[in-house]
Amino acid sequence: MKAAIAIVLVALAGLAGAQGTPAVVNGLRGPTPLDAESKAPPLAKTINDDQRRARSFPAQPPVIPHQVDNYQVDLRFNKCMSCHGRERVGESQAPMVSVTHFQDRDGMIRQEISPRRYFCTQCHVAQSDVRPPVKSTFQDFYNVQPDAPAKGKGK
Amino acid sequence: MIRRLLERVRYWWSVWSRPAVHLSLGFLTLGGFIMGVVFWGGFNTAMEMTNREPFCTGCHEMHDNVFQELKPTIHYSNRSGVRATCPDCHVPHNWTSKLARKMQASKEVWGKIFGTINTKEKFEAKRLELAKHEWARLKANDSLECRNCHNFESMDFTRQSQRAANQHSTALARKEKTCIDCHKGIAHRLAAGMAQ
Repeated sequence: MKAAIAIVLVALAGLAGAQGTPAVVNGLRGPTPLDAESKAPPLAKTINDDQRRARSFPAQPPVIPHQVDNYQVDLRFNKCMSCHGRERVGESQAPMVSVTHFQDRDGMIRQEISPRRYFCTQCHVAQSDVRPPVKSTFQDFYNVQPDAPAKGKGK
Repeated sequence: MIRRLLERVRYWWSVWSRPAVHLSLGFLTLGGFIMGVVFWGGFNTAMEMTNREPFCTGCHEMHDNVFQELKPTIHYSNRSGVRATCPDCHVPHNWTSKLARKMQASKEVWGKIFGTINTKEKFEAKRLELAKHEWARLKANDSLECRNCHNFESMDFTRQSQRAANQHSTALARKEKTCIDCHKGIAHRLAAGMAQ
């Protein structure tokens, strides 16, 4: 009985709250109510222009400026390494994976890329040609450091 | 021994070269023609039977390994619905080369009978070797099976990504490279142990 009363009270409170504030129409859900499944947006085109993007902070993993659909990265084979591998960049003219990728967790530089850096798309992602549903408020380092000379992206 | 053999040869030669006694020339020529059509047609129909995807994937070796790997690729599922079946890439299209490849495939029948790759583990152990055979074949015939559909003359570089256009307009155009040099693993998963 107590539980039933509590549920009714909570529901009433929820109704009152909903009347007071306008429905949130931004965000990934859009105007879909919370108890309904929102419609999935159409799949966006992957950016495939091979133009390197600026990095938002020094340690940012560079994004992938090309399609990587169905690339095989598994125990047997790493497709990314067939262009970005150390011995392949001469032919492919792709950027080589950085030296940090050859370091194991003890900082030793190995011959092959380290297993902990093996799965490229854990950090590096292809970009889609979409309008972000939520605006990013990320600020570049130079913009938040008060006495720094103003430069960098966004200035 | 040799004399008896010679006698036999001479006997069969006389049977073979003697004119027909009871059958007319018309029956023999027309009958020969019709039977020729039947046998030739039958032979080619039977060969075509073995050149269809349901036949290839009739064996679990092909169905459970390579066919499943083909399914997520663009050669199986894509926007326009044009697709390549097994023989489109793995069997030459012109008749003589096809016949040669089919004779070679008797090795595959042997493999099927003796279970060379009848488990996942056995298949994985042999994957690189089998893949190398296909790469060598496509390298040797200048990726003919790719070119049956992908015609270099009809490639519009301006519709390709910059990277693709660069490679196709240089290395491929100069015939320094052929399709398979760069597009290994386009329809099936690649093997461990190959150069990246």
